[in-house]
Amino acid sequence: MGLSPRPEPNFTELSGDEPWITTKLDAFVNWGRKNSLWPMPFGTACCAIEFMAAAASKYDIARFGMERQAFSPRQADLLICAGRVPFKLAPVLRRIWQQMPQPKWCISMGACASTGGMFDNYAVVQGIDSIIPVDVYVPGCPPRPEGLLYGIMMLQRKVGNERMSDKSLRNEMEPDPSSQLYIPPSVIDEISEPFGNSVHQTRSGL
Amino acid sequence: MSSDSTSFSPVIAGSALGSNAAAPATPKNVAHRGGALNPTVDAIRAQFAGAVLRADVVWGETTVVVDRARVHDVIRWLHDDPSQAYNYLSDVTAVEFRDLEQPIEVVWHLRSLPYRRFIRLKVLIEKGTPMDVPSVWDIYKGADWLERECYDMFGITFRGHPDLRRLLMWEQYKEGYPLRKDFPLRGRFSRSEQLRQALAANPEARYSKEELSIADAFEDLPADMRRRLDTGERTGE
Ligand code: SF4
Repeated sequence: MGLSPRPEPNFTELSGDEPWITTKLDAFVNWGRKNSLWPMPFGTACCAIEFMAAAASKYDIARFGMERQAFSPRQADLLICAGRVPFKLAPVLRRIWQQMPQPKWCISMGACASTGGMFDNYAVVQGIDSIIPVDVYVPGCPPRPEGLLYGIMMLQRKVGNERMSDKSLRNEMEPDPSSQLYIPPSVIDEISEPFGNSVHQTRSGL
Repeated sequence: MSSDSTSFSPVIAGSALGSNAAAPATPKNVAHRGGALNPTVDAIRAQFAGAVLRADVVWGETTVVVDRARVHDVIRWLHDDPSQAYNYLSDVTAVEFRDLEQPIEVVWHLRSLPYRRFIRLKVLIEKGTPMDVPSVWDIYKGADWLERECYDMFGITFRGHPDLRRLLMWEQYKEGYPLRKDFPLRGRFSRSEQLRQALAANPEARYSKEELSIADAFEDLPADMRRRLDTGERTGE
């Protein structure tokens, strides 16, 4: 912190008994951001049902400031991808992410969105982090609403610790124009390597 | 069928059975194999001599293997003839077996609502012969997407289909036909290559005006979208 004397603020307008506080601008802005996230649900499969439970009265994500669900990416700052994403939907998800204005965050809800889950096959993207950047992964098949709420609270902590002076947080991710990928192909191949039972299922029957 | 689209006559299930027909009931204790053959099979035999190659009953449902060259005539007759009235096509699909010598089967599921009958027609496509069968789109308009799906998944060409394109996979999909036995479960290309090809597609440019049902609102669209739709541009690879 600099040692130069701060200019004396002019508080003559305030009468003596009105309360006031000082805080860091970061803390103040982040407090506002994290408690009024506007989520856009991108529900493609069964996880979306659990998302609906989380949004409905019993679990009620409005308690965490998500009163307003945005069904347009242009008025949202949190993309919740709930469900598996087939390759045919990949350009759509990418487009929706690009349509969201900064600042924006993304939660990948469930095993399928995060890793492809049990669908280790020709049609399903093996983790949406190969299409768009993801802030919080919520495990489970499907995650219970409490799990999603926990993921949301993790995201709120992340938002709360951001610094406005760090412009790199708000950089728009630009995919490589020739391949449209934003992480190297070798990395994509590596993170979508088969694992577990599916190692033995490369070929069906032959 | 009348071509006048304004006249509509409801189809009443069981209407051809007469008033003293037994009420429909869920069959019980159905044998795995054997049982009463659907009477339609004998009618097909009488009408198309030699067209029926085989007929069996499995779980109470009749399966008829029909000569490949005459399947369209048979289905046309089953649909048109008032004594059969198979007016509902419930599925078109195909089966490939693990034994690669065995022919691929193309399957039609037909249902006669007035007679409460069900029949399954099959055509065998020997390995190594061209994979095409006649389209039944001219008989049942509902065959449109069923045949497109079958083409998409098995690569079977339906001759006479008005718009035989892929249905589930995107149109430029290059890896082959996913439900064929020689298709690897994870596809033929690496994951990064699959993703690259998928992301190269433009989600808006893939549809024609008619598919988007916006032909009327065409003039109101943004200029770049109008240009894409007008030129019928299909982006991607
Ligand atoms: S993770 Fe499970 S519940 Fe969620 S979309 Fe996948 S299969 Fe469905």
